[in-house]
Amino acid sequence: MTERAPGFATLAIHAGAQPDPTTGARATPIYQTTSFVFNDADHAASLFGLQAFGNIYTRIGNPTNAVLEERVAALEGGTAALAVASGHAAQVVALQQLLSPGDEFIAARKLYGGSINQFTHSFKSFGWNVVWADTDDVASFEAAVSPRTKAIFIESIANPGGTITDIEAIAQVARKAGVPLIVDNTLASPYLIRPIDHGADIVLHSLTKFLGGHGNSIGGIIVDAGTFDWAGSGDKYPMLTQPRPEYHGIRIHETFGNFAFAIACRVLGLRDLGPALSPFNAFMILTGIETLPLRVQKHSDNAKAVAEFLSKHPAVAAVNYAGLPEDKYHALARKYCPKGAGAVFTFSLKGGYDAGVKLVSNLKLFSHLANVGDTRSLVIHPASTTHSQLDDAAKIKAGAGPDIVRISVGIEDKEDLIADLEQALSA
Amino acid sequence: MNHDTYPDDYIRGILNGVKVIAMVGASPSEIRPSFFAFKYLVQRGYDMIPVNPGHVGKSLMGRPFVASLADIGRPLDMVDIFRSSQHIMPVVDEALKLSPLPKVIWMQLGARDDAAAAKAEAAGMKVVMNRCPKIEYGRLSSEISWMGVNSRTISAKRAPIPTQGMRLSLNRTSVGGGTTAAADRAAKDRSDPT
Repeated sequence: MTERAPGFATLAIHAGAQPDPTTGARATPIYQTTSFVFNDADHAASLFGLQAFGNIYTRIGNPTNAVLEERVAALEGGTAALAVASGHAAQVVALQQLLSPGDEFIAARKLYGGSINQFTHSFKSFGWNVVWADTDDVASFEAAVSPRTKAIFIESIANPGGTITDIEAIAQVARKAGVPLIVDNTLASPYLIRPIDHGADIVLHSLTKFLGGHGNSIGGIIVDAGTFDWAGSGDKYPMLTQPRPEYHGIRIHETFGNFAFAIACRVLGLRDLGPALSPFNAFMILTGIETLPLRVQKHSDNAKAVAEFLSKHPAVAAVNYAGLPEDKYHALARKYCPKGAGAVFTFSLKGGYDAGVKLVSNLKLFSHLANVGDTRSLVIHPASTTHSQLDDAAKIKAGAGPDIVRISVGIEDKEDLIADLEQALSA
Repeated sequence: MNHDTYPDDYIRGILNGVKVIAMVGASPSEIRPSFFAFKYLVQRGYDMIPVNPGHVGKSLMGRPFVASLADIGRPLDMVDIFRSSQHIMPVVDEALKLSPLPKVIWMQLGARDDAAAAKAEAAGMKVVMNRCPKIEYGRLSSEISWMGVNSRTISAKRAPIPTQGMRLSLNRTSVGGGTTAAADRAAKDRSDPT
């Protein structure tokens, strides 16, 4: 008998969750507790020594968070995952397992502005050096590889939107360089793109966005694809391959096989750096994920309708949305996200910066705030907010020039969204 | 048998069917993966026998070490080999001399010897390579989900709370065999000579 594999929507509801063993509760309970009792001294020692499956302390793991972790790992096609307090925390914890002071990682220039900031400034104090490459130019990634390169970092759909990254081409560069490819899949969600199918070794999310989807909880997650050959990497990744003094000399990769990276992130990263996700947030995000396929399809369909409207409007200079046939990323969108090109994109107005500021203040239904991936439609002027720390040249390179407006299209009725944009543009 | 990926039913059948397991290369060192797996399998109710000539005279969780499979002197269901790939064949040859034959040869994570596997299968034994029985048991029972690991199974049934020595149901709905498609592909790419 061949095994029938459940589909994406089934996993979005069931993966990781089963009725609670104690009470039979069907919804995942919020295990709002700091700590868990041990059966006896040997059980405690087994848990601390990583010998047994189980819970110790919510900074290291929590049953509500574990459901979220397995859910996202299943949706992404990974072997395991680790939930943390935010998308930014996911980046710190993931890279801490890979980089030592003096090491480098290559990152695509088109990223969320907060990530550009974190990589450029905060990571410098850890001695982790970011080397930028051009998202659209695979050769620039190859040229950036050095003996100190430990990872390559890209976004699948790049913030502030519109850009689709050629994941497979960059995965080949990573494979040749012998380093893992990290893909931030926040703007696509696994419903639109599963980066592991295209060669990603590690997938990160800000759960705050489409996975949570309701704009109510901050969270982040690290998914281990189980594809990177730590055993074959020599001494390049000591957190994975060297005896760990924190655990009496255990080597993580030989003990945990193809989910060793997720375990390293948990027992070396999260345990010692501390950015644990609240179980309450995990519950809120899990509830959001149950409707992920429905929401993201509606988000994408609405975004396409809004982009079509804007592209025909006389006040609009350009629309950067890969779902439009004339867009430069349309071919990549057809390949990587045929169900839709996401819901976050940018456009520019013929009236420049001033017209952008006016539009944002005239909108009545779109909320002016610094988030994306909410049920509500959102609007922001990146140059003065999310990307404001960058200088003018870097803003343009990141796709956040002064004349650019970013919107995150919600799941309201699309006619209402278009009417709001119409009145705001003509006011 | 295709040894790149295993259907869950194959692994489930083995783990549900065996009782007496000899672990070749079992270590008394608390940081070795073999110690982790031995201890877990004892806790899940398997009759475990540690085999390691370097530790005869000592015992592991109350079970005395023996030097070789031939020294066990009672029927085995499974031989779990915690040795690197180049040391697999002599262990399989030793297992083939036992009467009755063990039903299963299991090679640990990272260990794979296709010639030894073919020999064991020709004698009627089932073979698993490059897997860990602790991970597979934890995965199919979903006990491993406490670690955020993708069990590749789902269930709408209420599970009991595991206690010492308790066998768990492995009868959940499989999302797919093996580990994950990408991880299996990567493992296969690594094992193919290029």
